[in-house]
Amino acid sequence: MSITQNARLQPDNPAAVAPATGLTRTDFGNPAAWALAVILIIMPLIANGFFLIEIFGTTLILGVVALSLMFLAGYGGMVSLMQLTIAGLAGYMTAVLGASGNANISLGWPWWLATPMAIALATLFGTVGGALAVRTEGIYTIMITLAIASAFYYFTNQNWVIFNGHTGINSIVTPHFWGVDWRADIPFYYVILAVAVLCFGAVSYLVRTPFGLALQGVRDNPRRMAALGFNVNAHRVAAYAFASFVAALGGILQVWNYRQISPGSVGVERAIDILIIAVVGGITRPIGPFIGALIFVLLRTFTLDFLVAIGFDGNRFRLLIGLGFLVIVLFSPDGIVGLWERWRGRGEQGQTQPGGGRHG
Amino acid sequence: MDSVAHRLSVVGAGAALELRGVTRLFGALAALTDVTLTVRPGERRAVLGSNGAGKTTLFNCITGDFPPTSGTIRFFGEDVTNFPPFERIRRGLRRTYQISALFPGLTVHDNVYLACCGVSRSRFSPFRPRGNDALMQSADDLVQAVHLTAVKERRVAELAHGQQRQLEIALALAGAPRFILFDEPAAGLSPTERSELVEILTALPGHIGYIIIEHDMDVALRVVESVTMMHNGRIFKEGPPQEIESDPEVQELYLGGGHDLGERYG
Repeated sequence: MSITQNARLQPDNPAAVAPATGLTRTDFGNPAAWALAVILIIMPLIANGFFLIEIFGTTLILGVVALSLMFLAGYGGMVSLMQLTIAGLAGYMTAVLGASGNANISLGWPWWLATPMAIALATLFGTVGGALAVRTEGIYTIMITLAIASAFYYFTNQNWVIFNGHTGINSIVTPHFWGVDWRADIPFYYVILAVAVLCFGAVSYLVRTPFGLALQGVRDNPRRMAALGFNVNAHRVAAYAFASFVAALGGILQVWNYRQISPGSVGVERAIDILIIAVVGGITRPIGPFIGALIFVLLRTFTLDFLVAIGFDGNRFRLLIGLGFLVIVLFSPDGIVGLWERWRGRGEQGQTQPGGGRHG
Repeated sequence: MDSVAHRLSVVGAGAALELRGVTRLFGALAALTDVTLTVRPGERRAVLGSNGAGKTTLFNCITGDFPPTSGTIRFFGEDVTNFPPFERIRRGLRRTYQISALFPGLTVHDNVYLACCGVSRSRFSPFRPRGNDALMQSADDLVQAVHLTAVKERRVAELAHGQQRQLEIALALAGAPRFILFDEPAAGLSPTERSELVEILTALPGHIGYIIIEHDMDVALRVVESVTMMHNGRIFKEGPPQEIESDPEVQELYLGGGHDLGERYG
């Protein structure tokens, strides 16, 4: 039992994180959220091209992929390590169906045909993988999805007909219409931002609908849910389908961002990165994966210079991420979001119940 | 032959719940042995027996949580022996749990709302309910029916034990129940809460039948019209409450100690 619970990465007291998912609460009155929205919208005025895409764009893309994991793990209790694989398949399909430098492989479809098809195929793939994974629980779900992820990695490495083996597909053509190059820094930033906001909004909305509420019920007590008339496995597969769609959107953005995709983009260590991002940020709220992604991207980008400056190998940035991961998991199993909530909760308690400290 | 077959089919169609030769083994242990039981629609029955008599296993077989090792289970004439639990629930079967199985992080209202969704077509709905939503309304009605309106926006984790037991009943009343299995609904309740429970049970619409497992005879015998006694996984006596209460064999096996003590010290 304890293994299952640990494997689900649930905080010890699920009740403590649940109020945000009730049917009645809204977040519109939060000034911090409005400030963040304004900053994100005017970002191109503040940040140069490097920061805009390499830092914030990449953060939002990784955040979207990690959000799909957060949705499954946080609300459904299912830790799926194949979310990056689904994103990778969407990316590969964009390259294969659309146009690229590898003319012998790419079919050269226009983007408006290739992109929806790529999303549909990746969603189907994730849903079928989910249908396999829901037959298991806890650590076995992790194992099955990990197996799917590594099988896909080796398959892309060895298949030359579709995936072009270990060299992958390069010089992928990105959308260009209405006289706008949508891969140019500023338009692309807004495309990424729009998709990220859409996915974030969809997850936040969905968790307070009957479907989302039932998913949380399935997480907390599947047996009782069956005794209330819910087909627990069908619900879980539907959750995988939705999460796969979100991950596929992230994968499309990813491949447009780098304009190339290779087995290295879908490796197991990348899949683990997504798990780290989600856990460090916190899997109790949809904002968590984006916070985790920002920390990850900042560390990945700047620790290299920092480490070199103090005389270490720059590639040791993973060591820092690993240490950070350990510290977070040790002190706050529900991630940065959890830390922040506890800190805020303490502040509120201090204001409203001055005598509250005596009980502690 | 004809008349026997005819009579059987009539009994089958007329019964809310019909178990034939239900046996459930856990390894070498027989938790239920050859249980045959027929309950009419609207009938209210108590299942009594000491710990380990197989009462909760009987419930688990009826709801499909554990399939029986052998035997058949019919629900309103339909053979549901191999149905998964949710299919039985959608046909009007309900149950409550001996140890409350609620969703502690959700509010009282959302718990009941979830139960209402489970037996409706909108269980997959990706749209938030509006204020005038029919399911929201029926959830409110159910919360009121179990006297929890005052705490309906509270999280279940904050409720007192007695209130959680009442909520447990509300979840079983969602939708259009035809038959309910109550597993020790009075466990851990105070005397006041017990009489409130009796009130809720007797206020149920007449067409809803139930089986109740209950150790408290004062509760059990006030809310049922028939009693089934179980011992070591077998049914050994059935009859109306007065008859069972005065049966010497039953007294010796089940009521004996308690009643003697009651007379001596009461």
